[in-house]
Amino acid sequence: MTDTARLSEIVASHAEREGALLPILHDVQAEFGFIPEAALDPIATALRLSRAEVAGVIGFYHDFRRQPAGRHVLKLCRAEACQAMGGVALQALLEHALGQKIGETKDGITFEAVYCLGLCACAPAAQVDGRLVGRLDAAAVDALAEEMRA
Amino acid sequence: MRFWVPADAAAKACGADAVAAAIAAEAARRGIPVEIIRNGTRGMVWLEPLVEIEAPEGRLGFGPMTVADVPSLFAAPAKHPKALGPTEEIPFFKRQTRLTFARCGRTDPLSLSDYEAGGGLAGLRVALAKKPEEIVDDVVTSGLRGRGGAGFPTGIKWRTVQLARAPKKYIVCNADEGDSGSFADRMLMEGDPFCLIEGMAIAALATGATQGFVYIRSEYPDAIAVMRRAVEIATAAGVIGDAMLGSGHAFHIEIREGAGAYVCGEETSLLNSLEGKRGVVRAKPPLPALQGFMAAPTVVNNVLSLAAVPWIMAEGPEAYSAIGIGRSRGTIPLQIAGNVKFGGLFETGFGITLGEIVNDIAGGTASGRPVKAVQVGGPLGAYHPVSDFELAFCYECFAEQKGLVGHAGLVVHDDSADMMALARFAMEFCAVESCGKCTPCRIGAVRGVETLDRIAAGDGAALALLDDLCELMKTGSLCALGGFTPYPVQSALRHFPEEFTPVREAAE
Repeated sequence: MTDTARLSEIVASHAEREGALLPILHDVQAEFGFIPEAALDPIATALRLSRAEVAGVIGFYHDFRRQPAGRHVLKLCRAEACQAMGGVALQALLEHALGQKIGETKDGITFEAVYCLGLCACAPAAQVDGRLVGRLDAAAVDALAEEMRA
Repeated sequence: MRFWVPADAAAKACGADAVAAAIAAEAARRGIPVEIIRNGTRGMVWLEPLVEIEAPEGRLGFGPMTVADVPSLFAAPAKHPKALGPTEEIPFFKRQTRLTFARCGRTDPLSLSDYEAGGGLAGLRVALAKKPEEIVDDVVTSGLRGRGGAGFPTGIKWRTVQLARAPKKYIVCNADEGDSGSFADRMLMEGDPFCLIEGMAIAALATGATQGFVYIRSEYPDAIAVMRRAVEIATAAGVIGDAMLGSGHAFHIEIREGAGAYVCGEETSLLNSLEGKRGVVRAKPPLPALQGFMAAPTVVNNVLSLAAVPWIMAEGPEAYSAIGIGRSRGTIPLQIAGNVKFGGLFETGFGITLGEIVNDIAGGTASGRPVKAVQVGGPLGAYHPVSDFELAFCYECFAEQKGLVGHAGLVVHDDSADMMALARFAMEFCAVESCGKCTPCRIGAVRGVETLDRIAAGDGAALALLDDLCELMKTGSLCALGGFTPYPVQSALRHFPEEFTPVREAAE
């Protein structure tokens, strides 16, 4: 199936929904890894929105990407409960081990901040390619970095 | 043998899946038939993964388990080094008043028969026999207030929607639990999803709503998956759908996923997001109760508010309001997090003091160092020093101390906490998450970070400026994000002024 056909299929599958834009964007991103430029017009047309309105919604939410992420995505929680358990130092260790700052995509690794994963009683926590990990410490950093480089 | 291994996200983040697999493998190796049930968590997160074995005397707990701990579980369970005895006898568990979380951790979350056996659907059956206004009256009588943080009486909100005349009404469950230190919504949705569904169904009966949405943050993939499945099961079983439990009432529920915007926990911003728009805050009035989702009358309630309702309907509003103090009635699921020895969920009546929670229940800090400050109510809540430990947990008590109960998350910091850095983080977070609609929040948060940096660099004159900025944000912001961000900043300043005073290293 071509990308265009798949996109039409996704848009059509949400046709009956009230407020369908977010569900459509989630599905498009799940399918393509990001929201391709070419998806904006068909979505806008189907929902009777302007292209700018669709772009505005994509831009508002942290989750939606206009460019593909790295082959690995590491999300580290920066919120207070994780800070109380050494999260700030952990971030510095990870930045050093990965050779990149939080918020950067480099060498196929996307390292970004997340504000709370609801794992506040087993902090510090992170999400590694979708998998949740808690009770992180300095000893876990090398293994995490190695997994990211693989 | 029957094992229970939680599938809660926190348990999984601590290795529960690997432990469950190890139990299955070890059982196969020994040729012992086993049943492994993936329950919700009991909420004793420091013990996760908490494995339970069914025994004649009740369920026996073992934790925190690792894969290496598994083989000896089969040999001599009683002598296992991680043996905790009967799970429900553990003091942290035993001391609770678990109403909303009565089933969480006990049952298979997706078993409707487990749910009914544990008292589920009794509240909905009571509600089906009542008139809508009687249901509303019961919720008013119970004294239940919005558990999301605002503390608005739930029954009054329902009455507004009930009295509104409109062709279609909605129940929207706010499950955009973004506050750091909070995880009760996630825990309930993953551990007892039918309880939320039942609460929403009762709200629908009371107000005449026919469509419900649960807006769950995308950071909770497990909760989303469990809730989607639970809605399918409940619909197939006729609990909800075209005819709730065979009655003439139709009520459908759809699960919606957020997209990583903290501000969408604010109800009007959530409604815009649900409509497919940018999650920008709406000015009130109009109230969402009158013009909410798609401009129709809408109940917007937090997960915990809705999940408290089945118990209230089943046991009677007086039984609920008998618990608590002042205008804070019923139970509050405290979420104890950060630097604590015993972190987790503790449901109890309002009125317990902050000191009891931190020292007694949480056992002090995990690091063993003295407690410095406790942030109550998420990133918009105040930092409370140890001198506030006599404070009773209730909406008004915290408001009087320039703090808030919020969603009842508590984050404990030990004496290594850098209060200036935490104050700066509060402003930085507000800047990252501001929806941009109002200037005090959008610009104020950025200026707040800059002003704190000036103070850190030794500019004492910037202190008055910071205070002025905080007052402006409090009074001029449209919603709680800009309006409450000053709480952590000003409380840190008030209680730890020495950390904001530039120290001149004279002897260098």
